[in-house]
Amino acid sequence: MAFVDYYKILGISKTATEKDIKTAYRKLARKYHPDLNPDNKESEKKFKEINEANEVLSDPENRKKYDKYGKEWKHGDQYEKARQQQQQSNQQSGQQNFSNEEYSDFFESMFGGGGRSSYSKSRSPKFKGQDYNAELHLNLKDVYTTQQQVLTINGKKIRLTIPAGVENGQVIKIKGKGETGINGGPNGDLYIKFTINNHTQFKREGNNLYLNIDLDLYTSILGGEIKVDTFNGKVKLNIKAETKNESKVKLKGKGFPIYKKEGAFGDLIISYHIKIPTDLNEKEIELFKELQKINKK
Amino acid sequence: MNEKPLISTQTLCYNYNIEISFVDALNKMGLIQIEIIAQEQFIHQDQISDLEKIIRLHNELNVNLEGIDVVFNLLKKERELREELNALKNRLRLYEND
Repeated sequence: MAFVDYYKILGISKTATEKDIKTAYRKLARKYHPDLNPDNKESEKKFKEINEANEVLSDPENRKKYDKYGKEWKHGDQYEKARQQQQQSNQQSGQQNFSNEEYSDFFESMFGGGGRSSYSKSRSPKFKGQDYNAELHLNLKDVYTTQQQVLTINGKKIRLTIPAGVENGQVIKIKGKGETGINGGPNGDLYIKFTINNHTQFKREGNNLYLNIDLDLYTSILGGEIKVDTFNGKVKLNIKAETKNESKVKLKGKGFPIYKKEGAFGDLIISYHIKIPTDLNEKEIELFKELQKINKK
Repeated sequence: MNEKPLISTQTLCYNYNIEISFVDALNKMGLIQIEIIAQEQFIHQDQISDLEKIIRLHNELNVNLEGIDVVFNLLKKERELREELNALKNRLRLYEND
């Protein structure tokens, strides 16, 4: 583990007083507190560092040991243990009150271990565990139907039902799947943010889907029948004669499933884009000229 | 019969190590809503996470109740703006890559 400069983290000098430490901690905590920066992993990381630095430096005993071992803090307990053992064997008595167990406890509590309960003998408040935030990337096709997925979050497997119609950027909360509560408090919650990638020809806005269809000039003028793709198969469409460019038709209930409304769907809106014929042969040009003449009369 | 998931303020005060006067003050400020049933005070379980946030901001950051009220309002606005931004981004996709 790399050396962590707690003074640098709090932006204070090594000669800082207890008051300076408290002020620096409070100032930084107000800036990076997770409650004030929801969904911000960078702030969360920074807040943990600040807390760790404060936990060590605000306790005079911890600070003294941290100052003493400095960069070698990792091996500090080993030096100390060796020194203790030597002293014990020299004195051959139980005058030293520190035990090996107490030292490892100190380092555990100092560097992220579970020494919290040993600090206070009074009743500790129960707090809800920390909430977890996760991001899940899915394809548009995946969220057309409700599906089950098993996610591994912080080593825990979580079975998840993703309702059809979930939106891009939507966040869903799964109760009690966050960090375990503190002092018997309830577990935190898991927040999953969905990122929906769309690799289809459809565009989505809410529950509606949009599709552009190229229509040949002849069908747009004379009308006809075409087959178009919808999200769940092809459908036949009657094209009215004299269909204009950019005109739209709405296919009711052929859009995207509505979130948590079983069997309900948005609409599919189709825009016709009329393609002007190119690379005409002589006969076609002749016929178009004929049409032009008729139109001029 | 409809059951409301309510938690008595006494239980909350015991578990969170807070004074009943603190909960009363939060109620007066409108930060939480207390329901009174048979002369006992309760809060709805949906408000627990807000209450915990208030306790953390108060204890860890020394923010007073007026400050917490301001923070909550700003966080609400930020959340609404983020949702609006997300909806607009999704709409923008309609006009992209045409």
